[in-house]
Amino acid sequence: MPAVALLVFREVLEAALIISIVCAATRGVPRRGVFVAGGVLLGIAGAVSVALGADLIANLAGGAGQDVFNAAVLLAAVAMIGWHVVWMSSHGRELARQMLTVGGEVKAGSRSLSVLLTVVSLAVLREGSEVVLFLFGMAAGGIGATGLVVGIMLGVSGGAALGVALYFGLLRIPMKHFFNITNAMLMLLAAGLASTAAGFLMQSDLLPAWGNQIWNTSGLLSDDSLLGKTLNILVGYKAAPAGIQIAFFLTTLGLLVMGVKWRQRSALMQS
Amino acid sequence: MAIKFSAPILATALAFFALCARAEEVPEFNLVIKDHVFQPSELKVPADRKFKIRITNEDATPEEFESTDFSRESVVLPKRSIVVFVGPLGAGTYGFFGDFHRDTARGRLIVE
Repeated sequence: MPAVALLVFREVLEAALIISIVCAATRGVPRRGVFVAGGVLLGIAGAVSVALGADLIANLAGGAGQDVFNAAVLLAAVAMIGWHVVWMSSHGRELARQMLTVGGEVKAGSRSLSVLLTVVSLAVLREGSEVVLFLFGMAAGGIGATGLVVGIMLGVSGGAALGVALYFGLLRIPMKHFFNITNAMLMLLAAGLASTAAGFLMQSDLLPAWGNQIWNTSGLLSDDSLLGKTLNILVGYKAAPAGIQIAFFLTTLGLLVMGVKWRQRSALMQS
Repeated sequence: MAIKFSAPILATALAFFALCARAEEVPEFNLVIKDHVFQPSELKVPADRKFKIRITNEDATPEEFESTDFSRESVVLPKRSIVVFVGPLGAGTYGFFGDFHRDTARGRLIVE
């Protein structure tokens, strides 16, 4: 039971942090709750399908299927977040103003909802498929139903609690800076996910490493620790990144900053 | 015109890279997971060069091969094997574990 709770907790935590950043970034958008819940449910359904089809996926791409699939899911999430961030950059001020005047109802934000629904479901799908495979194994290994259910419940509620805590922490940010900060967080999240994707392609030898461990701060803060995992999602922290991962991180961040600047300038020229 | 000119250069470059890639043989090492334990639990690998580890899962349940020391994670389905490329690593000891059975599935790479 503790093993189940711990593994579920670790995986749920990562998805929960992503969801809470997404929720904060879509603050005030009507029907947001429905979309996020829908994203979670879709993600769970996807996770079960991926776990069931794991053997099929593994054999794709000359045996590198698992890594290619993981990288594709992550990069799809990066593209979605990127689209949202760039689009938001020319609407952020308008959103904040509407939030202040119309009392929390933002109409313009709805357009971005389906994109964020996809991000939520991709996050749940990726972390969830591992959980499902693990639980299959546990069930086959003869763990009792009680142990399984209690373990899952403990793990899910623990991970979700930290996500909720982050969400309410973010809500305390003054409205004037709110969307700038959530946008910056989304950019860092996307950059971190891109570097994780590079890691998957690297371990299948589909990308060069460009230096295997550019630095190593494992002794200071391990990737496996709670804080390390949290910072990995929030700012893309990796204890011992490869050169290619740093390159993916910086390229993603650079492209997003450029996209935002370009959008803001063209919005300024229109007005 | 420029495209026509660059095509042979590109082809030559690609062929060159392909040759380089082939010239560099990547040594393979084996790990077996049985009863949620890695065999061997200590694997000697060469320092400062890329190598690959073939991990075979003989159990009836899935396992996830994972290392935070050399940053790798990959699921190994029951009765299947996977290949994970690692390195080049500096000399030293690097831990790995099975994420689905952390209490028993533990091992180390001895890089020398």
